[in-house]
Amino acid sequence: MYLLRLALASLANRRFTAFLTAFAIALSVCLLLAVERVRTEARASFASTISGTDLIVGARSGSVNLLLYSVFRIGNATNNIRWDSYQHYASDPRVKWAIPISLGDSHRGYRVMGTSTDYFSHYQYGRRQHLELSQGRPFADNPFDVVLGAEVAEALHYKLGDKLVLAHGVAAISLVKHDDKPFTVVGVLKRTGTPVDRTLHISLAGMEAIHVDWHNGVPARGAGRISAEQARGMDLQPTAITAFMLGLNNKIATFSVQREINQYANEPLLAILPGVALQELWSLMGTAEQALFVVSLFVVLTGLIGMLTAILTSLNERRREMAILRSVGARPWHIAGLLVLEALALAVAGIVAGLGLLYAGIALAQGYVQANYGLYLPLAWPSSHEWTLLAIILGAALLMGSVPAWRAYRQSLADGLSIHL
Amino acid sequence: MSQALIELRDLLFAWPGQAPLLDIPQFRLEAGEALFLKGPSGSGKTTLLGLLGGVNLPAQGSVRLLGQTLAELGQGARDRFRVDHTGYIFQQFNLLPFLSVRENVELPCRFSASRAERARQRHGSVDQAATQLLAHLGLTDPAMLARRADSLSIGQQQRVAAARALIGQPELVIADEPTSALDADTREAFIRLLFDECRAAGSSLLFVSHDQSLAPLFDRHLSLAELNRAAAPREA
Repeated sequence: MYLLRLALASLANRRFTAFLTAFAIALSVCLLLAVERVRTEARASFASTISGTDLIVGARSGSVNLLLYSVFRIGNATNNIRWDSYQHYASDPRVKWAIPISLGDSHRGYRVMGTSTDYFSHYQYGRRQHLELSQGRPFADNPFDVVLGAEVAEALHYKLGDKLVLAHGVAAISLVKHDDKPFTVVGVLKRTGTPVDRTLHISLAGMEAIHVDWHNGVPARGAGRISAEQARGMDLQPTAITAFMLGLNNKIATFSVQREINQYANEPLLAILPGVALQELWSLMGTAEQALFVVSLFVVLTGLIGMLTAILTSLNERRREMAILRSVGARPWHIAGLLVLEALALAVAGIVAGLGLLYAGIALAQGYVQANYGLYLPLAWPSSHEWTLLAIILGAALLMGSVPAWRAYRQSLADGLSIHL
Repeated sequence: MSQALIELRDLLFAWPGQAPLLDIPQFRLEAGEALFLKGPSGSGKTTLLGLLGGVNLPAQGSVRLLGQTLAELGQGARDRFRVDHTGYIFQQFNLLPFLSVRENVELPCRFSASRAERARQRHGSVDQAATQLLAHLGLTDPAMLARRADSLSIGQQQRVAAARALIGQPELVIADEPTSALDADTREAFIRLLFDECRAAGSSLLFVSHDQSLAPLFDRHLSLAELNRAAAPREA
């Protein structure tokens, strides 16, 4: 098509402006797609933080709060729950497995979680994936074994056999340390992209042991102190834990078990469905996510308006070009078509370059993003949703291109063959 | 009397809200004729060319080109009729700077199938037609034909414009002050080249200029002021 050739040649004649215009569109398209991709992946990875667990049970508070501290290790429990409540439900015939969780200590900013070995065999994330060890073994009889999440091991450079000291409380800098009872790294988990990576796992016995000589929230002094060796010989059955997770034999029973737990007479408990609570939590963050999307849409609009401005500005200085074209037989609609094609060419160049930037960016940042944010950004072809977005951008560009096209049409009718300037 | 190439009859034209600019009772340009039309700027020259091109339509009277009354055609048909039968040369900066010399010459054949067809019939192909026309006009260097049009000198550009007006043998070539940017020596040489090529292509030439000194070169010369009754009071 000869008009396209003319449009491209004319653009090439103004290549610096054309390049800048297409580059602005490319950046905006890249931003929009990047936001889209991160959004999609964040939502997917968020939803797959925990799977296979039917109920999470903790002290009575809010469901989001319970989800935050039991799964995301954010915030604190309002209260503990009694060990016998846990045992009551762990031994219920409808329950297939139960994982106790005991929180409250930390190590250099990473949370420590006391649990049982059931955690390693039953906890699932993502698409029903089990936890796997990259090195070593789960903790065993020794209460001072610790299994590290992948990020903890990597960030703090721990390897098997290293000794570490836990701190009381969850502040990044804790003044009270359990330095009389150091733990030994016996295992490191494989990366999951979930909060598990940022957790140190010890046995409930270990959790009990470091607090065995504590009274009213402060460690015993002098003769009251119990050494690690003494603790090892003691009965380290906890009396309270923070929460527990349940897997049921029959999913249909989920609601009746949930109702039962919520009405448990011996202690005020709260049971939540993780999926529902995740939804609730995501809807809280959805606003921010949508705001991001809207902002990137406006950036695209800005890029397109830049294009509109560039073409409109060029119109006046191109009256001669239009008149010459008219004199060699171009009809007004040819002139209009030329400008629409110009807008289209700029938009297509911008979109292609934007995709190029996006893929280059993903290729460069993929490893970093996964290591630091647990987000896997795939180098995949645009999804149908992304294609739709691109088509809308192209449509908007065409619409914008028709503004200068209309003006040029009118102008070339009025100017005819007379050349101004 | 044989059919005239251009025939104006009782033509009256005024821009909206203004006094009549053109009032031409009668004007004819015969086929194969080279006519010098003297018209100083502001004499309605551009408007007259617009009427001949079918870009504007007269308020009264008729403009006939090759026996066709332009007002009877729709706007699109007038555009097509113009490019099929008329080649234009303007004062200067006639060429699209971002196209090659060759592409500039071939432009009319892109928009007019009949001119492309005639170029093929006479020269074998549009490409050949452009090469030969440019060669006749003294532009023989093949490397030059591939260069951007704005890399040529003004004199060379005007010859390229002439080749473009002549490609596909339109019946009429309208030249609007084509020599005003040229110096005196090249001016006459350019006009003689233009004559030769118009004769070879069988095209009539309507040459509009304010430069009376060129008039003796032509078969016939007229002054727009004499033709145009609307201009008379201003001249007096």
